[in-house]
Amino acid sequence: MEGLDTLRLTAREAKKLLVDGEISSAELTKAYLDQIAAVEDRVRAYILVTADNAAKYSTKVDREMQAMRGPLAGLPIAVKDNMVTEGVTTTCASRILNNYMPVYTATAVRQLWDDHVVMLGKTNLDEFAMGSSTENSSFQTTRNPWDLGTVPGGSSGGSAAAVAAGEALWGLGSDTGGSIRQPAALCGVVGMKPTYGLVSRYGLIAFASSLDQIGPLTRSVYDCALLLRHIMGKDPHDATSVTAPAPVDLPSAERLDGLRVGIPREYLAVGIEAGVRSRFDETVALVEELGGSCVEVSLPHTEYALPAYYIIAPAEASANLARFDGVRYGYRAADAGDLLTMYERTRGEGFGPEVKRRIMIGTYALSAGYYDAYYGRAQRVRTLVRRDFDEVFAEVDLVASPTSPTVAFPVGARTGDPLAMYMSDLCTIPVNLAGLPAISIPCGLSDGLPVGFQLIGPAFSENRVLGAAHALEAALGFDTAPPFRDAAAARVTGAAGHESAGPAR
Amino acid sequence: MIGEDDVRYVARLARLRLEQDEMRRMTAELAKILAHIDKMSELDTSAVPPTAHVLDLVDVTRADRVEPGLSREDALRNAPAVADDSFRIPRMG
Amino acid sequence: MTAATDAIVRGATRDWEPVIGLEVHVELDTATKMFCSCAVTKGDPPNTHTCPVCLAHPGALPVVNQRAVEYATRIALALNCTVRPRNVFHRKNYFYPDLPKAYQISQFDEPLAVDGWFEYWVGDEKLRCRVNRVHMEEDAAKLVHAGGEAGRIAGSDSSVVDFNRGGTPLIEIVTEPDIPSPAAAREFLQQMRDLVVELGVSACTMEEGQVRWDANISVRPVGSGELGTRTELKNMNSFRFLQQALESELPRQIAVLEAGGRIDQETLHFDPDTGTTTPLRSKEEAHDYRYFPEPDLVPLVMDPAWVDEVRAALPELPAARVVRFMERYGLARADALVIGGPGALARFYEAVVAEGVDPKLAANWTMGEYLAHLNAAGLEPGHGHVTPERLAALVRLVADGVVSTSAAKDVFAKMIEERGEPADVVERHGLAQLSDVAALEAAVAEVVAGHPSQVEQYRAGKQQVLGFLVGQVMKATGGRANPKLVNDLLRTALDR
Repeated sequence: MEGLDTLRLTAREAKKLLVDGEISSAELTKAYLDQIAAVEDRVRAYILVTADNAAKYSTKVDREMQAMRGPLAGLPIAVKDNMVTEGVTTTCASRILNNYMPVYTATAVRQLWDDHVVMLGKTNLDEFAMGSSTENSSFQTTRNPWDLGTVPGGSSGGSAAAVAAGEALWGLGSDTGGSIRQPAALCGVVGMKPTYGLVSRYGLIAFASSLDQIGPLTRSVYDCALLLRHIMGKDPHDATSVTAPAPVDLPSAERLDGLRVGIPREYLAVGIEAGVRSRFDETVALVEELGGSCVEVSLPHTEYALPAYYIIAPAEASANLARFDGVRYGYRAADAGDLLTMYERTRGEGFGPEVKRRIMIGTYALSAGYYDAYYGRAQRVRTLVRRDFDEVFAEVDLVASPTSPTVAFPVGARTGDPLAMYMSDLCTIPVNLAGLPAISIPCGLSDGLPVGFQLIGPAFSENRVLGAAHALEAALGFDTAPPFRDAAAARVTGAAGHESAGPAR
Repeated sequence: MIGEDDVRYVARLARLRLEQDEMRRMTAELAKILAHIDKMSELDTSAVPPTAHVLDLVDVTRADRVEPGLSREDALRNAPAVADDSFRIPRMG
Repeated sequence: MTAATDAIVRGATRDWEPVIGLEVHVELDTATKMFCSCAVTKGDPPNTHTCPVCLAHPGALPVVNQRAVEYATRIALALNCTVRPRNVFHRKNYFYPDLPKAYQISQFDEPLAVDGWFEYWVGDEKLRCRVNRVHMEEDAAKLVHAGGEAGRIAGSDSSVVDFNRGGTPLIEIVTEPDIPSPAAAREFLQQMRDLVVELGVSACTMEEGQVRWDANISVRPVGSGELGTRTELKNMNSFRFLQQALESELPRQIAVLEAGGRIDQETLHFDPDTGTTTPLRSKEEAHDYRYFPEPDLVPLVMDPAWVDEVRAALPELPAARVVRFMERYGLARADALVIGGPGALARFYEAVVAEGVDPKLAANWTMGEYLAHLNAAGLEPGHGHVTPERLAALVRLVADGVVSTSAAKDVFAKMIEERGEPADVVERHGLAQLSDVAALEAAVAEVVAGHPSQVEQYRAGKQQVLGFLVGQVMKATGGRANPKLVNDLLRTALDR
C-alpha cells in the first residue's frame, strides 16, 4: 500500500486502519515484507523471514475477518528466535539447534497466534540470549538502523532492529539482564521487561530461569501495553507464572502530578557517557515539568549486583544448556565413536565462545567446594539487591535511570573484552535480580544515536510504569524513524536465513 | 586463582571439548571474570537469607490427569539417529 | 540369639559385624509422570508416551504432579517420618543419555520428610531401622544396549533410548545403617514392599523394576561404635540376589581388612551366576552433581491440616496387622507374618474368618493349599475361583468331620478344576467321610478277620500294630473313613 510509513506507524494506528477498512491485513503485512526486502540486507534483523506464510495467513485473516475479529487480528509481528514455534525452525542463533523443528509453540506466541497475529519471522539474537550486542549470534551480525556501523544492542537486537527499521510493526523479545531494554534503548524503540512471572516462560528457550522474562518491543508505550495484555497470564505449563493482581490498562496519562521518582546515585556514579547523561538529565527535568518530583535515592548494593548476576545467570544456564547433548535433537558431531566423545565434540563444536564461557563459569561456580563462595553468596546478594528496592519504593513511586551507560557502540568494539561487554547491563541487571517491571523509552539522541530512559517500578506496578512512560513519551516527541546512516560503511557479514517448511497454521 | 587444571576439570563436567588454545584463553578470561565476581566477598552475607525465587509463590501443582503427548513420529522427528523406534546413541563403554 | 549376634562373622583375627544401609526406590502408580501429563505405562511400544517436557525439548518446563506428592506423603507418614513444612526441588546435574535434561529434578537438603523409622521382623525378633529421609524425584528413561553381551554396556556397539519411563514419579527412601545382617536386609525389604503395596501407591512389581534398591555395607569389629568404609551395591531388584550379594561382599571386606588392607569406597556389581561382586568401572570423574534449587519450580508448603488428613486416611499397616492377627486370631508370629504382611492375602484371610470358621484352621488352609494354588497359578490373593466363602465352606466341612483332611485336599483341587462349591464337589465325587458306625464296624470286622497274625501281635502287647490295622481300614474305605472313629472301633474289636 502506498504511503504506509512503516518507520513510524504504530500498532494502535495500524489497528485503526484495519478496523476502519482503510487497509487489509495482507496489505499491511506486505508493507513490512517490502521493507524487509528493501533494508534487510543491510540490517540483518531476521534469522528467518516467513514471507510466504505471513502473506498467506494475512489473506486468510482478511477473508475470515468476521470469525477472526480480535483486538490484534491481522497485525504482523516479529518474534525473537529463542521462542519455539511449532513447524517453524527455531535456532536460538546457535549451531547446536541448527535445523531444529519445534514440536510445540511457546505460550506467549501461542496466545498471539490464537489472536490471529501474523508472524513475519524469527529475529536474530546473541546465541542463547547471552550478550549485549547480538554479535554473539552464530549466523549473522545485526546492524543498528540508526548507524549501520554500530550494534543494535542485545540480546534481543534482532527484534529491536526490526522494529526500528520498519521491518516489523512490533516484536517480542526476552530479557534476562537487560536484553529487551538495552537494545530498545540503542535502537530508539520502546522495550519492556514485565514483572517476573507475568508472562509465561513455557517455550522460551531458557537462559537463566529465575531471571528470564518475555516482553514487548514496540514503537510506542501504548503499543507496549497493548501487546503485553495479550501475552501475559498464568500458564498451567509454567509453575512460576502468575495472574496479575490487576489487569494491564491501555495508558493515556499526559501528566505526572504527584509522582515521586527516585534517581539512584549509584547508577550515575560510573561510566555514563556525557551525551547519555545530558539526555537523561533533560528527561528528569521533564518529569518535574509534568508535575512529578525527582529525588536522589540510594541502592547501595548496586555494585554487587553485576557480580551476583554473573554467577546466578551462568549457573542456571550451565544446567539449562546441558540438554543440548546431541541425543534427541539438534546438532550432533559426526563420527564421534563413543558417547563421551560425542557429547564433548557436539557441545564443543555446537556452542559459540560466549556460551561456552558462561557454561564454564556456571559449572565452576556450582562445582564441589565452590557453591557457598559463589552461588550461595550470589543468592544472598540477590536478597540485598531486592531489599534495596523495597526500601526505595517505600519512599518513591518509580526509579529512573539511563537504560544503558552508552549509546550504540561500533561493531566489534567490545567483542575482545567480555567484562567490558558485561558492563553494558549495569543499570538493567539489578531489575532482573529483583524481578521488577521496567521500561525503556527513547529520550533523544546523542551524536545521532538514540538514548534510552529507564523507569523501574515495584512488582506488578505495570500500570504505573506504563502510565508514566506514556506521559513522558508524549512530552518527548521522539521521532522513531532512523536514518540508516552508514558511518563506518562496514560490510554486513553472515547469510540470511532460509524459509522453512512453514507452520501448519 | 583458577588454573588450567580447574578449567580442564570443569570442561569435562560440562562435557565441552576445548582445544588447547581455547583452554588457555578460557583460563585467562575466567580468571579475570572471577576476580570481578570476587567483589561479592567484601560483603558479610552470613545473616542474609538466599533468594531462589523473587515471587513468594508456593504449592503450584497440577492434577494427575493424562493429556495427549507427542506422536512417536514427532518425538523422533528431530533425532540425529534413530533405531528400533528409539533414539540411537554411540557406544557407551 | 538375636539377628545381630547371628550376623557376627568370625574372622581370623577377631569377630566382625556387618553394618548395612539401604536406599529404596519406588515408582509410584500415578496416572501421569512426575512433572508432565504423559501417562505412566508399562510395556507399550517405545517412545509413545512423551512430550516436550519429558523429552527435555528447549523451553519446556516441569509442573509437579499433586497426586505424587500425596502418595509420597503417605509413604513418609507410614514410615513415621516428620513431613517437613516446606520442601524444595533441586537439580542434580550429570550427563547420561537416559536423563534428557542432563539433570534430574530431585530433592536435596530440603526433602519431603525426615527422621522416621520402620519396624520389621526377623524371626521372632522385632527390629527397628531408622529412616533418614524420604524424597521425591523422577525416574530415568530406559536404555537398551545392542551388540554386546546380553543387555550390558560392556562390548555393546550402540544403545537406544526409550523415554516412556522417563519422568515417572520416583520415591527414594534412605535408611540409616541400622541393618545387622544380609538376612535382615532381605526381611526389611520384603516387609517394606508389603507396606508400600498396602499404601496403594505402587504395586511394587519386581519384574518391571518398580521397586529397586541400593545397599551399602561395611564391617567393623564387634562392639566398635565406628563405621567402616562402605561399598555400594546398586540397582538390585531381587530379594534373593541382594542377600547373596551382601553375603558375598561380607567375607571379601573382612579378608581385605584382616590382611591389613583398606576398603575402597566404590560401587560394585553382583554377578548372580558366579556369586561374586566386582567393582564397576569407575566413572570418568568423581560425582560432582552441582545441586542447586530448581528455579522452574516453587517450594511446596505442607499444610499441617492436609498432612493430618493424609495420615488419618492411611490404611492399617502390615506391622500393626501382624500383631492384631496374633492377638485376635491366636496365630503364631511366623504365620501372622505370612498372612498378615501382604495386604491382599490378609484381606482374603479375614473374609474367610468372617464366615464364622475357626481362625487357626482358616490360617492353615490360607497359608497351605490356598497360597500354593496362588503361586502355581500366578494369581494375586482374592483372584481366581477360590472365593473366601468357598474356602470357608471347605474349612467348615473339615471342622465338622464331613471330610477328612486328606480328602479335603482333593476337594480343594476339584473346586478349582470344576469351579464348584465344596459341598457339591464332595457330593459329586463321594468324598464325604464315612462316619456310619454300622458300615465301619463291618469293615473293621473284615480287617480283623483278614489279619490274624497282626491281631495276635497286638493282643500280645505290640500296640504299634494298631496303626497298620487302621491303615487297612482306611484303604478298604477308599480313605473316606473317619480316622478317629476307625481307631475307636478297632480298639473295641481288638480288646474284646
